[in-house]
This record gives sequence, structure tokens and C-alpha cells, in this order.
Amino acid sequence: MLRRRVIPCLDVANGRVVKGTRFVDLVDEGDPPELAARYAAEGADELVFLDISAAPEGRGTLLEIVERTARRAFIPLTVGGGVRSVDEMRDVLRAGADKVSLNTAAVADPALIARCAARFGRQAVVVAIDARRTVDGRWEVLVRGGRDSTGLDAVGWAAGAVDLGAGELLVTSIDRDGTQAGFDTDLLRAISGAVDVPVIASGGAAGPADFVAAVVDGGADAVLAASIFHRGIHTIAEVKAAMAAAGLAVRLGSVAA
Amino acid sequence: MTGNGAAGGASGEGANAGRANGDGVPGPLVAVVDYGAGNLVSIDQALTTVGARVALVRSADDLAVTAADALVVPGVGAARPAMERLTDAGLVEPISRWIAAGRPYLGVCLGLQLLFEGSDEDRAVTLGVLAGRTAKLDGAPTLPHIGWNQVERRRPHPLFAGIAPAADFYFVHSYAGSLDANDSEAALADTTHGRSFVSAIAVDQLFGVQFHPERSGTDGLRLLANFVGIVRSPDGSSRSAARAADDVRAGVRA
Repeated sequence: MLRRRVIPCLDVANGRVVKGTRFVDLVDEGDPPELAARYAAEGADELVFLDISAAPEGRGTLLEIVERTARRAFIPLTVGGGVRSVDEMRDVLRAGADKVSLNTAAVADPALIARCAARFGRQAVVVAIDARRTVDGRWEVLVRGGRDSTGLDAVGWAAGAVDLGAGELLVTSIDRDGTQAGFDTDLLRAISGAVDVPVIASGGAAGPADFVAAVVDGGADAVLAASIFHRGIHTIAEVKAAMAAAGLAVRLGSVAA
Repeated sequence: MTGNGAAGGASGEGANAGRANGDGVPGPLVAVVDYGAGNLVSIDQALTTVGARVALVRSADDLAVTAADALVVPGVGAARPAMERLTDAGLVEPISRWIAAGRPYLGVCLGLQLLFEGSDEDRAVTLGVLAGRTAKLDGAPTLPHIGWNQVERRRPHPLFAGIAPAADFYFVHSYAGSLDANDSEAALADTTHGRSFVSAIAVDQLFGVQFHPERSGTDGLRLLANFVGIVRSPDGSSRSAARAADDVRAGVRA
């Protein structure tokens, strides 16, 4: 049976993890490959790097850390943040990423999704959707790191992105992100019910029960979190134990193998 | 990816090349076919980690000069563009001859699917080494099939030595091969997503896995170490590859 995935997310700027992590005292103050290897050893099913480098020169550094990470952690790696073209996606894949997530550039140029899927296969194309609740009970797509409104309906955009070739959706609730108020399971349910590709839940994780809710109530196939892992509030093993106790299929055991 | 072909770059003669295994002798030379723009860093690193030397091949000439001990065909995506790129590189005939000669081959994901006769995805005609076709995973709750899933073995085999009988491996695909009845003995393991499909095949020195061992943690490395061991000694009893895998597992734990 296909396992529900638990995915730590690392925000990377100019080659460093920028959010504080509980490993800071142990290794090189947030070297991404070091942290990635640590999470892999702790049972992470996959890793996501989001490049938040403000300057273009950060990109070369990103490719270098993607390659170092791919050579350290033998689990899948998705890289997102600022990818705007087929050529940029090619560079990130060749550096060692398995999937690339598109966000702002896909909203600006939806055909980019189709071009990337045609070139690399839809399984390599993740579309990241940052969504915010509207007063009429729907969700609007935001871009540029949640700064800009688009007027796009998030559920409609999700279905459109999949039609164009997205093989997976990374759905972040901007309302919940960083709040530790739990995932927006209504948003997740609305999107997972509208598409047949896997949906990764993001934004709002506070504890293991939230991961269970994202899957059971939200229909998510995978659950992503950053700060609760970085700050050592919960381990991946604790999250997986709660998911298993709730009857969800998770990958256990290989950590200690 | 910093490798630049059979004889140059990081994969050919760079930091990883010539790494000795636990016995201090160079590992077998594994030619990895590079015919697209995908991630080859992972398979390069994983094979190197378990003691192989890796050479990227992009043309028939590359393959001819490497004197490789084994051939690995990785890849993701659709069959037709992959076959077109292999054709453009002049690699279809050399790969077919390699397999026909009974030399060690490991197909990963698309590299397994290409062994079948054709793909329903885009009507591509593929290598036809195995009787059967590649078809969509109909009835699956989600597609692509992305994530860790159980690989349930039909029979013991050295490729899976030291790996639990229904261990999890990482999958990323929407299509999978179905063996015709007269080739069904090739099936080594099955996985279920919507429907059951063959997730590993083994016929003598011909191997294929639908999952990605290079992205499947310690069990994936163990499988690649087993493959390298089989290449080294056809009875699959190589101590050195198994020792390399143990080193890796110790390193992952440390």
C-alpha cells in the first residue's frame, strides 16, 4: 500500500538554511546537505528545498547545494523557488533534484507547466499553490511569496494546473503558515477532491494530530512541515507513530534497519 | 551534474572514480546511459557509494570505449521521447546487443519499461526484450504513483538479499509493464497501486525495477550493492559488495 509521506521543508537562502534549526549546535549552522542527511536518517520520506535567495547569484549556490544534498541523502528531493523556464528546471534536475516546484512563474505563464511536463514528464513537475481564504468562503491564489493577489480561485487553478501537466500539488495555506493552528483541511479537501494527482499539505502544522487531520480530513497524500521539525518540537518518528496509530499507512522501520 | 561523458567529468574520472571497495580492489565499471535532462547525480552517487565505478555514456562510441562490466539505464517520463533520444544517440542497437549477449543490465523505472514491446502511453515501440506492454495504472486512487510502496517478492533472489520481504521503495510513475503469460517467470516482485503490477524483473543477468533504488534509502543502496555484487561474481555471492552496503548502513546510522 502506498505510504503517506512526511516531508521536512528547508528554506534556503544563498546556500544556508535560514530558519533556525535544532541541529544548529550539532552541525555547521544549517548547511542544507547536512540537515537533509540528518532528516533522511530520521525517517523523512522526501525533502523539499525552497530557495528564497533574493539575489540571482544565489542560484549558482543553490545548484551546488542541490548536488551536495543529492550525494548525501538517498531520498527524493524537490526544489522550488524562482524557477521560471524549462532551461532553469533542467539545470535544477541535472544538479540532482527529482522534482521541481513551480509557483509564481506558472501563474504568470501557465503554459510553462505544459512545456516542463512535455520535456521532463509530469512526475517531475510540482505546482505550488499559496492560497488565502476569501470573505465568500473560497480561496484565492497568492504569488511572490504570498505578497501579491491574483484573483485566481485556488481550486480552479489547481484543476487547471493538473490539466496542463502538473504531477503533484503543494498546497500551502497562507492563513495558517507559521501559525501552528493546524492545516486548513477545508482547503485541502476542496483541492484533493478536484484533482487525481497527489496533494502535499503545507502550512500550519503544530503537532502529530495535525498530520493525521491533513490526511483524514483533508485527503492529503503527503504532509510537509518546517518549524516543528527544525525547532525539535516533534520528531518525524513521533509524527509517523501518530499517523500509524490513526490507521494510516506510513513507512516505518527502515530508519533503524 | 558535473560528468561530461564516458572518460571525463566527475563521474568518469573525477572525485568518485576508481574508489576502491572494502577489499581494496576497484569495483566493477558500470556504464550509466545519459539520454535526457534528468537527475543522474543520485544514481551516480548511489552506485559509487556501493563500490562501483561509474561512467556516463551518451553515444555508441562512449559505450564501446568504456569496457563496462554492467549497463544501467535510468530515466523517468514517457517512452517515445526516450526512444527518440536513444535512437539519436545511436544507442538502441548497442543496448539491444548488450542485452542479447546476456551481459548485466539494470533498468530503473523507464529503463525497465523500455524492455517491454511497447507503451500504451504514446504508442512507442520499445526494445521488446520482454513479452508484454507498458500500460497506465488504471484504477489508481492517485496518479502519478508517487511515494514509498511495498515491493512484494514472488521468490528469493540475490538482488534482494538482506532486504525484508515487503520492504518499501520509492516510486514515481503512471505507467507500468505487464508481462505476457509466456514471460511471467521473469517477474520477481509485485506492487499494488490501484492494480497490481510487476515492480521488479530478473532473468539471468537482466534486471529491471520500477522503483528508484537510488532514492530508496538504505534498502535501495542494498539492492544496488547486490546488483554490483552479482556483476562481480555471477553467483551473487560477492562479499565485497555486501560489505560496502554494510559500510553504508553503518554510515547512515552514525
